[in-house]
Amino acid sequence: MTGTAQSLPPPPRTAATLPGALASPRHRFTAEHAFRALCLAALTLPLLLLVVLFADALRDALPRLNWDFLTSYPSRRAAAAGVLPALVGTAYLMALTAVIAIPIGVGAAIFLEEYARPGRLTGLIEINISNLAGVPSIIYGLLGLELFVRVIGLGRSLLAGAATLALLLLPMVIMASREALRTVPHSMREAGYALGGDRWRTLRLVTLPMCLPGILTGIILSLARAIGETAPLITIGALTYVAFVPDSLKSAFTALPIQIFNWVSRPQPEFHVNAAAGIVVLLALMVALNATAIWLRMRLQRRRYW
Amino acid sequence: MSILLPRGLGGRQPSLAPAAKSDAAVPGDPPAPGGGREKMRTENLRAWFDTSPALKGITLPVSEHRITAIIGPSGCGKSTFVRCLNRMHEVVPGARVEGTVLLDGIDIYAPTVNPVLLRRHVGMVFQKPNPFPTMSIRDNVLAGLRLSREPTAGADDIVERALRQAALWDEVKDVLHRSGVSLSGGQQQRLCIARALALEPQVLLLDEPASALDPIATQKVEELLVELKQRYTILIVTHNLQQAARIADLTAFFYMGELIEFGPSDELFTRPRDPRTEAYVTGRFG
Repeated sequence: MTGTAQSLPPPPRTAATLPGALASPRHRFTAEHAFRALCLAALTLPLLLLVVLFADALRDALPRLNWDFLTSYPSRRAAAAGVLPALVGTAYLMALTAVIAIPIGVGAAIFLEEYARPGRLTGLIEINISNLAGVPSIIYGLLGLELFVRVIGLGRSLLAGAATLALLLLPMVIMASREALRTVPHSMREAGYALGGDRWRTLRLVTLPMCLPGILTGIILSLARAIGETAPLITIGALTYVAFVPDSLKSAFTALPIQIFNWVSRPQPEFHVNAAAGIVVLLALMVALNATAIWLRMRLQRRRYW
Repeated sequence: MSILLPRGLGGRQPSLAPAAKSDAAVPGDPPAPGGGREKMRTENLRAWFDTSPALKGITLPVSEHRITAIIGPSGCGKSTFVRCLNRMHEVVPGARVEGTVLLDGIDIYAPTVNPVLLRRHVGMVFQKPNPFPTMSIRDNVLAGLRLSREPTAGADDIVERALRQAALWDEVKDVLHRSGVSLSGGQQQRLCIARALALEPQVLLLDEPASALDPIATQKVEELLVELKQRYTILIVTHNLQQAARIADLTAFFYMGELIEFGPSDELFTRPRDPRTEAYVTGRFG
């Protein structure tokens, strides 16, 4: 704190004295601002739409949303009809589909990523799997009708429905699992090999634990998509009026989307209320599935930090 | 020899433990440069990536209980060379190896040798610290035993011994259940060294282990290696000439896939015989 230092004038700090190029562009409308606004609109619009749709369904559904609705069988009288067979059918269907699709899908992904030699055949298989993911679901329904219902002779059973849905999900599960496997850096596998691990042990102890959250998320998101599938189930002949809960794999069944479809297509407006209530139940199931996916991922990710 | 016989696959039996700590060459063993006996030897080792040659006939002895440094400009085949010594080179698709690599006189490329078993005896530490992120510090140390189906009886002792050898025990002994990647970069690299040591390998290969570390962490790793050569045979690839001069007993200079010069470090750095070595160690290229 010498006298000379104190006597120095303070450095000019005001924006007015700065050359224009250095002045803060705070008051200028830039391309970035426009882009940001656009992105925000892109985010809000679908969200708003979703909220409006859900609120509309909920308002229509309210008179019918009660415990009886969940525990009653369908009826010719709209006020007495419920979704029990459809709800149980959907639950069984999802569980069975998962049991079929997960081992096959994850296994195929592991083979393609970890064991298959990259070559023309592998490339061909990859392209086909990607294409299969884009095939309309009704085509899978036709395949399921011919293969599972008729050739294999499962009939219009729960098992045939689950097998058809599993077929529909397989490309998605395979692709999601492969993506997850690819996120594991090659250096991790090398570290496993360098520590005397063979392919199997390295996969089991190093690679799979690292990509498990990704695989699980992919599986659950695929299931969440399958829960709303209607076309393939109608194609293979799932019933629209079921007055019983399925009791075996060979049992006839119905599912929530089919029940909703059935109610919507009736002329009486009372059944449309039932349809709205069914939609709310289906949405709640879907949200529950997605929430499970998020919860699982967070739980598993707490153990890793890279 | 253990890597050939099913009974001796363990790698932790006394006969394989680095017991001979004497510096004097055992009579009958081939003499190795820098004293000590010859632990490994490559003869006319050649390696390719697809069709491009990476190593063009390397003949190099590796002395037991010595640090041998491999130096040379980028792309000269240093890393490929050490990766051939534990058969990691062939993990890369399209990679190929020819020639002989002897470990205690046994050709590790013989058809009877299982590369997976070999890698327990020839451990490796990579350039970038790569602890397993899904495992705790403790599990990282034990990972090698689990990966190679070794019994993990007395795990606590194994963990402590390996971490002590890697000079990391005092820093992590209270947080053994934390994730391996919660450590600093230098600690992570020492964890990777501990992980390799837990298998009690005979030879330790290090591929630029300090290049991603700051100077203080580097110094720690260097001190550690000098300490470890009492028990292990160490081969280190390094970009850092001062590092090779500081810690290596023997240094090999690679250039364009060939071994240009090999000898005791002080000679190679102060009186290089080949003009290319001289140009490199004096910093004229590289």
